[in-house]
Amino acid sequence: MNWALSLRLRLGALELDVDLEGDARPVALVGPNGAGKTTLLRTIVGAHRPDSGRIQMGDLSVFDARSGIDLPPEQRRIGYVPQGYGLFPHLRVLDNVAFGRPDLPRAERREMAREMLKDMGCEHLTARRPTTLSGGEMQRVALARALMVGPRMLLLDEPLSALDAVARRALRAYLTDYLRSRKLPALVVTHDARDVVALDARVYVVEDGRISQSGTIEALTEAPATPFVAAFFHGTVA
Amino acid sequence: MLGLLALPVVALVLGATPADLEAGLAHPLFGPALWRTAQTSLVSLGEVIALGTPLAWWLANSDGRGRRLVELLVDLPIVLPPAVVGIALLQAFGRQGLLGGQLEAMGVQIPFSVTAVVLAQIMVSAPFYIQSAAAAFRGVNPDLLLVARTLGQSRLGALLRVGLPLALPGLLSGAALAWARALGEFGATLLFAGNLPGATQTLPLAIYTALESDVRAALAIALVLAGISVVLLFGLRILPGVWRARASLSGTHEPEQQP
Repeated sequence: MNWALSLRLRLGALELDVDLEGDARPVALVGPNGAGKTTLLRTIVGAHRPDSGRIQMGDLSVFDARSGIDLPPEQRRIGYVPQGYGLFPHLRVLDNVAFGRPDLPRAERREMAREMLKDMGCEHLTARRPTTLSGGEMQRVALARALMVGPRMLLLDEPLSALDAVARRALRAYLTDYLRSRKLPALVVTHDARDVVALDARVYVVEDGRISQSGTIEALTEAPATPFVAAFFHGTVA
Repeated sequence: MLGLLALPVVALVLGATPADLEAGLAHPLFGPALWRTAQTSLVSLGEVIALGTPLAWWLANSDGRGRRLVELLVDLPIVLPPAVVGIALLQAFGRQGLLGGQLEAMGVQIPFSVTAVVLAQIMVSAPFYIQSAAAAFRGVNPDLLLVARTLGQSRLGALLRVGLPLALPGLLSGAALAWARALGEFGATLLFAGNLPGATQTLPLAIYTALESDVRAALAIALVLAGISVVLLFGLRILPGVWRARASLSGTHEPEQQP
């Protein structure tokens, strides 16, 4: 599936003005803190209404300012894992994952959630509370939960940043395999060039609310357009 | 300072013998006033929760001048002396008051009725609930509500299934505070609802009346009221902690529920 978005949004001091597109290959979103990466993800899932632009997922318009289309978040079917994973602390792991698909009967929802957790190698966590999980476990559970709705696309905000080195490497490999085998489009915010390399992602660099450069890792490493891009990929063997 | 705070309470407890207490509980004013207090304070608490929760949610999620104005209005009854609240209620709902004409046309008379007791309690207790509930809602991570929506919940669904459960400890302590305030309401009730035994007389007013004829009875009623308040205070301070401890422990010890 191809996706494309073109957004203009003013939110407090931040002015977002970006055009991005992609297909099944993962896209990495990099940039300094406060550049607008998280705001961009939140806008795509429907938390903020852009002043103009459109968001296209395959044949479906989830937002189009010109024709007045603005699907609410619950109808966009975009999987979203925020920073800190966003697990519901009052629900057990199984009920966190089963939370999506309120259209299904409870028993069926739970069965589906159990399967989803099994796929992730997390079936032993079903009865636990999120606060008792490790970072890597939380990330897998959050991923399983996002996948419950059969998302058109996955948005992951710094999915690996809070993990220790070992968990980080394991989850990075897992995520890479998963996205590649399912051909599920993904937009991944990261501060680590190694994530970009492992995911073999196309890169968009956001600086001060705008795309300062985009392209393959090789292209950005060879000809960085800004000091940030140069510093970000410095020392990366692409 | 601590001594000053504790001394009257200690004196209250030490000053009463079990015989006093028994005599007080048998006092003719006690039963009806206890019933009236329980009834009116529970009704007012229900109204405060039903009407205050949506307002608190709105306060927690809006910005700008409108919100600040509403916050001021909500806080106003806290700083107004209860006697002033009583007069203000009379000016609004009394026969000569703002709504007096309309109410009379409908055949409704509010002052010196049980409804007046409830209205006075709502006005003085609502701010405590609304403040506490708004703070609790503000503490809910907005990312969690957004995630709930991406998982198929409507705005209301996300509020009911994620916002409310996470804010619950704050809502409960706000409700307990508001209830305690309504139980003790005296000044506004006296002016707006009167002190009619068997009709509008609540426990604080019964203490006032009993004091004129029988100090022991007043003391006994005061002890009962103090007892209820202390129980509420403990519930307020201790239950949320127990709740949290249980929630974090149960994840590792309780067997998984079968669907």
